[in-house]
Amino acid sequence: MRHWVFAVLFACVAWLASPRDASAEELTELTRGLMATDDATVEKVVLSISQRTEPAALHTLSALLDGNLRVDAAGHPFLNVAGKLQPILANGPKEPQGKLATPSVDNRLRRSLEPVIASMKLSSPDRSIRLAAAEDLAKRRSDDLAPLLRKAQAKEQDSTVRSAITLALAQIDLAGSDKALRLAAISAMQESGDGQYKPDLDRLLTKDETGKFREPDESVRRAAAAALSRIESRMFLYGMVGNVFYGLSLGSVLLLAALGLAITFGLMRVINMAHGELLMIGAYATYSVQRLFEQHFPAQQDLYLIFAIPAAFAASATVGYLIERSVLRFLYGRPLETLLATWGISLILIQTVRLIFGAQNVTVANPSWLAGGVPLLPGFVLTYSRVAVILFSAVVVAFVWFTLQKTPLGLHVRAVTQNRQMAAGMGIPTRRVDSWTFAIGSGVAGLGGVALSQLGNVGPELGQGYIVDSFMVVVLGGVGKLAGTLAGAFGLGMVNKLLEPVAGAVLGKIAILGFIILFIQRRPQGIFALKGRSAEVA
Amino acid sequence: MTTATTTATSALAQDSGRRLENVLPKSGWITLGVCLLVFCVSVPVLNSLPLSSALHLPDYLVTLFGKFLCFAIVAIAMDLLWGYAGILSLGHGVFFAIGGYAMGMYLMRTIGSAGVYRSNLPDFMVFLDWKELPWFWKPFDNFAFALIAVVAVPGLLAYAFGFLAFRSRIRGVYFSIITQALTFALMLLFFRNETGLGGNNGLTDFKQIYGYRIQDQSTKVGLYVLSALGMLCAFLLARFVTTSKAGRVLRSIRDEESRIMFLGYDPTRFKLFVYTLSAVICGVAGALYVPQVGIINPSELQPSNSIEMAIWVAVGGRGSLIGAPLGAFVVNGAKSWFTVALPEFWLYILGVLFVAVTLFFPQGLVGAVKRGLPRDKLAALLSRVRK
Repeated sequence: MRHWVFAVLFACVAWLASPRDASAEELTELTRGLMATDDATVEKVVLSISQRTEPAALHTLSALLDGNLRVDAAGHPFLNVAGKLQPILANGPKEPQGKLATPSVDNRLRRSLEPVIASMKLSSPDRSIRLAAAEDLAKRRSDDLAPLLRKAQAKEQDSTVRSAITLALAQIDLAGSDKALRLAAISAMQESGDGQYKPDLDRLLTKDETGKFREPDESVRRAAAAALSRIESRMFLYGMVGNVFYGLSLGSVLLLAALGLAITFGLMRVINMAHGELLMIGAYATYSVQRLFEQHFPAQQDLYLIFAIPAAFAASATVGYLIERSVLRFLYGRPLETLLATWGISLILIQTVRLIFGAQNVTVANPSWLAGGVPLLPGFVLTYSRVAVILFSAVVVAFVWFTLQKTPLGLHVRAVTQNRQMAAGMGIPTRRVDSWTFAIGSGVAGLGGVALSQLGNVGPELGQGYIVDSFMVVVLGGVGKLAGTLAGAFGLGMVNKLLEPVAGAVLGKIAILGFIILFIQRRPQGIFALKGRSAEVA
Repeated sequence: MTTATTTATSALAQDSGRRLENVLPKSGWITLGVCLLVFCVSVPVLNSLPLSSALHLPDYLVTLFGKFLCFAIVAIAMDLLWGYAGILSLGHGVFFAIGGYAMGMYLMRTIGSAGVYRSNLPDFMVFLDWKELPWFWKPFDNFAFALIAVVAVPGLLAYAFGFLAFRSRIRGVYFSIITQALTFALMLLFFRNETGLGGNNGLTDFKQIYGYRIQDQSTKVGLYVLSALGMLCAFLLARFVTTSKAGRVLRSIRDEESRIMFLGYDPTRFKLFVYTLSAVICGVAGALYVPQVGIINPSELQPSNSIEMAIWVAVGGRGSLIGAPLGAFVVNGAKSWFTVALPEFWLYILGVLFVAVTLFFPQGLVGAVKRGLPRDKLAALLSRVRK
């Protein structure tokens, strides 16, 4: 026997050129034993494998349980992953030698394997495996593992793993009869604050048909009620953290959508109903840049977003400039007609995009450095794309602030916003300021489109959904002040997301509209109003 | 309602004793009579001609014209508000839909147990597994109540909303946007199943109206004639308001609100009066519309529908009570034709219509006819663009 194994190992060494170790050799021999036909032998072999400490032993048994274990003629274990073979032994042969076989697993073996594997995992030297095993066991109640868990709990040094084991035990203890253990179990659940134990605790507090509590012991009931309220408040807190984050994220989207609008509305007192379509054009520009990179620079695919930002700005700014020069220019002093004309333009833009890109939504993939997120709390993942949108909106606000406050154009814009006639009298070319401002405001909308493309699908009707909300931001924030738009956007975003779980999305929206109407009763000029002496309000 | 609109109604009442000539000149009354004849008599007669006749009017056209007449009523209501008081509401679809829903609820109740599920409840309630009729449905068994609701619900909503909006001096584009937001919010509300109005399917499958079977051609012709009469009544009512003293105040508000305020008038009351009246007319139009098309659902509340109502008036001619219904006919006629013949170009045409009317024909068709085609103005604009 020994000689035979040595012969195989030499063959391995020949093309592996790595030192072989005695443990692998022993495991190989044991694995071959799994192919035995009589149950007693197999069980004995399983027991001896389970005594071993190396990771390969655990992998072999887990594969056996899942039915993915393949054993070659020499006894080397392989893992079958969706039809592809992976060697389980780190230093073993990479390819199976001789005929491959699948050890048979019946239900009896499966039942005995489960606790064996659990105990192996719980005593693994690797902390992450122990933690994963304990958390896995805590998810479902497994009564027969109680003694094993208790042993592992006593041995465990790491506090995180120990509390996970305690929780796994708590579910078993709660169903038991020992009062002290049950109270300890409830307090462990209370400590965890995890919502998955809510049904267990709820059950203790329900009454049966005769009106008596299902749980006769009053102290247990009281403990359960306390634990429940703790868990509920913890869940509420987590929910709130999530909602605040989503509110911030929605607020920055609204901000990006409303920023350009607030500038152009403040300056020219015209409502640009095609503003949403400028967002949409920015999003489609992002999509086009992405396609360009896909076809010509697939290696630099991840960088497309960097180039999409100026492209989207330029595309939307150009369209905005053309709208101003060709239509709005001739409608000064007629704000209501401007509203209708820009609505017409928005229809034309939507239909044009439909003809070019098709009526279907297109998907803009996040670059790999924006995909995914960090799970921060149970049930709440901080996605990178949303964080990036929040940061991006901060950058855009800084850009707009700089343009308005520190450039000659910004000075002119502010002057015309405050008093058009006076500014014209001072020699400011108001018409040229209008054109440039409209282009910049539209370009900012294009930047908003870049952000939207990272959060969802891009379609011809993308902009339509934002037009009402962005105007609400402008109405709430007032015109001519950046701070007003900021406050309006984040105020609306937050209120929207915080109301949603309480009132539902639709009633929340209606409540917000009602709030805005009532708010305007007190402050018709928005939160931040420019001071002036005109009898005309807005 | 009385306190706020006292001034407006008293301004109306002061010259209620004036002669009919003040409302319309003699030639106008004659033209109106001809219109009455054309709308109410010729269409039913042409429709009743035998199929073989070259002059036979197909059944579907009667219903289509009926629909256009309802839109024309809406256009008159919009014109009263926008053309004469300078208030552009982008939320008149709300009042139209509410009037329609009020009528639709009555029509649903008259189905009785003849629905798909043979239940006494409307089909969608059976589908949602509701056991009992919600309280606000109960009075709609009564036709008279439904008729009152058609007028009262849009009126009350407009009064409450307008009171808040005009009191805080929301005007111009702010008002337009707020009304659009109202439309959007109500659309979301009506889309919900829990609202109890059929969710996104709305109310449909009507069987009869006031005892007449809704599928019968005679019922359809009857509804058409009612719509035509409704339009002429709306026209006369609007004409009465605009030729009265209150109408003059409204036009001054449109042109120079601050000055009319400094002259001692309270613009809020006049605006509130005309806004509420306009909403009521819209509600009636909706109630006439629903039995003819056989369905009412929340898509009527889409903001784009309300904006299209404004373009009817703009195309026909603002500030002209003849222009507004004319615009409704022209735009909707074009829509019916284009969405069949060239569906992908309809949005372009509608978009260009919005832009062209505002840029080149601010007085609409009526203005263009009055002054001849504005060639010199076009040339001036072209030269400005070239510069």
